[in-house]
Amino acid sequence: MCDSCGCGDPEIVTVEIQERILAGNARTAAHNREHFAAHGVLAVNLMGSPGSGKTALIEATARAYAARGEAPRIGALSGDLDTDLDGERLRAAGIPALTITTGSACHLDAKLVHQALHRMRDWHDLDILFIENVGNLVCPAVYDLGQTVNVVALSVTEGADKPLKYPVIFRVADAVALTKIDLLPHLPEVDLDQIARALARTMPEPRSFAISARDGSGVPAWIDWLEAKRVKAPVISVRALAEASHGH
Amino acid sequence: MHEYSIVAALVERVEAEAALQGARVVRRLKVQIGEAAGVEVELLRSAYELFRAGTLCAGAELEIESVPVLWACSCCGALPERGGVLRCPSCALPLSMVRGDDLTLRQIEMEV
Repeated sequence: MCDSCGCGDPEIVTVEIQERILAGNARTAAHNREHFAAHGVLAVNLMGSPGSGKTALIEATARAYAARGEAPRIGALSGDLDTDLDGERLRAAGIPALTITTGSACHLDAKLVHQALHRMRDWHDLDILFIENVGNLVCPAVYDLGQTVNVVALSVTEGADKPLKYPVIFRVADAVALTKIDLLPHLPEVDLDQIARALARTMPEPRSFAISARDGSGVPAWIDWLEAKRVKAPVISVRALAEASHGH
Repeated sequence: MHEYSIVAALVERVEAEAALQGARVVRRLKVQIGEAAGVEVELLRSAYELFRAGTLCAGAELEIESVPVLWACSCCGALPERGGVLRCPSCALPLSMVRGDDLTLRQIEMEV
């Protein structure tokens, strides 16, 4: 209502906001990140197309650690539109796993992860938590979950132009797991150098691991990288632990 | 796709601001969408058309400014050739994305 002349016309107010639209998600993600750091959990946001081999990679990681005689505690949150099938597979392999059923959402967000952590008993005791995102190369790239690292699984059957077609998700990746390399003898047209060149055009620091979950090749180097990421996790002070555990 | 959930976050923030200002009607929203933010502008517009009905933004115009991507070397400031390898041609260091990956609500115009 106009105050100056009482004419009853509405007053127009322009407010400068200058805020990220996803500020709410960013706050929850920061909160998740604090929780993970406070408990020394390496949280891996594992993304990739449907069928790119995400679940198999988690299984192969657990097997490879066991074969080395090392047993970091590995757990998983599995995001899917429907079913608990991935969760069942992982639990059958001895990996504690909780499924996040998104319904129609094509990506996980920080709030879904936060809610899942409340439901997952003993996640604090894990060394590595794989957050298996919904199979999709578009939407997950946009949502910070509070992860320590982003990994994109790209199978050799998907074509070397994938990174160029989906630059956003590859740009935010800390590493690419190039999966299903045991199929290469059946894929003469697939050129690993071509894939490497595509990654160099979309990732400022391209890092990839050629892996076969089926026969284990390439998995040791991938595990070495995970170990290096774990070692770099911050040392937690008692105060930080107290602050991070407020009311949870 | 996810443009719908981005519109939901946008409208929620606008409604919160409108409540703070005592506004009855929102007239215009100005947003900036980076070209590398992972959001398709036309899909965002369609999602907005669907979502705004019945909200305070029902009559609000959505003004979208698209922000082009800028890669540069954080050390020497050199710019790369478009579509090339993301390393500085002089320092060989990885380049940084200076602009183009944000989704920002810049301004809201309301009737109080």
